[in-house]
Amino acid sequence: MRTGWLGRKLASVSILPALITLLVAVVLYSVTIGRYDLSVRDVTYILIDNVHPLVAPYWDPVHEVVVEQVRLPRIMAAVIIGFGLSVSGAALQGLFRNPLVDPGIIGVTSGAGFGGTLAILIGWQGYLLLAMAFFFGIGSVFLVKLLSTVRGRTSMLTLVLAGVVISAFFSAAISIAKLLADPFQKLPAITYWLMGSIASSNYLDVLLVAAAVVPSAIAIYLLRFQINIMSLGEEKARALGTRVVLVQWIILVASALISAGVVATSGIIGWVGLVIPHVARALVGADHQRLLPVSGVLGAIYLLMVDNLARTVTTAEIPLGIITALIGVPVFAVILRRLHAKGGWSSD
Amino acid sequence: MIEASDLTVERGGRIILRDYSLRLERGRTLAVLGANGVGKTTLINTLIGLIKPRSGRLSIGGQVGFVPQLFEVPFSYSALDIALMGRARHLGLFGAPGKRDYEIVRHYFHMLGIEDFEPQTFNSLSGGQRQLVMIAQALASECELLVLDEPCAALDYKNQDKVLSLLEHLRDSHAMTIVFSTHMPQHAVEIASDVLLMTSGSRYVCGPTADALNAENLTALYDLPIARADFSGLAKHTYAPVFRHEGVVIDG
Repeated sequence: MRTGWLGRKLASVSILPALITLLVAVVLYSVTIGRYDLSVRDVTYILIDNVHPLVAPYWDPVHEVVVEQVRLPRIMAAVIIGFGLSVSGAALQGLFRNPLVDPGIIGVTSGAGFGGTLAILIGWQGYLLLAMAFFFGIGSVFLVKLLSTVRGRTSMLTLVLAGVVISAFFSAAISIAKLLADPFQKLPAITYWLMGSIASSNYLDVLLVAAAVVPSAIAIYLLRFQINIMSLGEEKARALGTRVVLVQWIILVASALISAGVVATSGIIGWVGLVIPHVARALVGADHQRLLPVSGVLGAIYLLMVDNLARTVTTAEIPLGIITALIGVPVFAVILRRLHAKGGWSSD
Repeated sequence: MIEASDLTVERGGRIILRDYSLRLERGRTLAVLGANGVGKTTLINTLIGLIKPRSGRLSIGGQVGFVPQLFEVPFSYSALDIALMGRARHLGLFGAPGKRDYEIVRHYFHMLGIEDFEPQTFNSLSGGQRQLVMIAQALASECELLVLDEPCAALDYKNQDKVLSLLEHLRDSHAMTIVFSTHMPQHAVEIASDVLLMTSGSRYVCGPTADALNAENLTALYDLPIARADFSGLAKHTYAPVFRHEGVVIDG
């Protein structure tokens, strides 16, 4: 047992640097693949050239545009989105004491989805669409929290159920919006946007999603020890002196910000926040101090690889959300069965 | 340590406890006995500050540590992770345990003789072992009053003995004040200096074990004849129920 623990401890010390190295490698590799075949060397020179020219530019200017304006922002978006969704998934699972929760469960995803749909329906684009998705995403979390709070106390079980109800409501609202949409222009736009894609990401999108993800992820990480305590259950956490309501609110709002930011820029990308924390937990254990960063980096690697698939497997783009669901659902099924074998989880 | 006067506590709009008054001096051990559903847990939750009393006065002269009933955590935290959570009060909202916190927890693991559990998954430990880890968690909060909710429920005799002697040790060597609830009068006989017999939400007997814990009071408490039994050859006694075999009529 002790050697196992030592092994675990060693692994947890070196696992984060190893994952970060892997992430850098995958990023570099991702820039090279696509319709223009470039080598890692070309890419490195093209990128370094911006800071300090090492060699005289020998490459086609088109390659520079492809690398810096097309691939790089898209890769950065994938990394930030994967990171954000996984961190918020890990935090929510800890907070809800439920390993089957993901950012979609608190209602924010479908709320933001409806906001965006509504924007497309009215003919709003760009910032207005972002603002609408954002507004409805955050709004739905407040609604969920309101529904599940009775006499100043929030039951986590009720909160999950309220999330399901609000999600169902907004899904129906999305259907109505689709029904009303012009079937030749707006309906395809809505459908494609909802399926989730980062194909057209530019630096502005990257900046926007980073502005939502980075501060929220920092806030969640600062609460790492409080999340540990919250997984004992609300009453025990309260007895240990934790400010339960404050911690719940910060985690909920931070997660809502992340999800709304992601949906606003890239549509609905599901399952990442549910699956990745499990893999991370298997690697470094349940302590959120180690779990949160490892989850984040792992999620970044995962979504980047999924996006590489999305843009290279066929000549047409496959929406990202479809691939994450295709991978996520079977993994979810396995987790569910393993949980069941262990006797499930307590619901109090 | 504890001073409660005319305490009235309600839960979900229903009054559970009415006009409870009790006093416990520093360094004493109070056993709380009562039938299921009489409000033992409500009283304990009030003492540890989870429930605010509706009226009456409650003052506790020190930091409170709480050991809940046996439970499992949803994720595979190590026993060390769990015990470290006891440091919450000293760490603030954004803090995480540092070197000193690890030292304090390890000190109590050593004191309880459970160093070996440190790396093990909390859920993989037996009931008795988990109970010790939770006591370590409470001690790590550096409390002066230790409140335990049925610390011996679901434990076998040997583990009950272990927990009881540990509580006695904490009281004698660490001047800890202890409150625990139990269903076995013998636990009170063994280590409690005071008992609180909760007959109903408004009727109770509270006093030194020697006066208040007797067959008559226990019989009233459990609504079942309870008799004193002396162990032959030992200067020890216990209280045991005299089951009547007539309480319930079961028809097909």
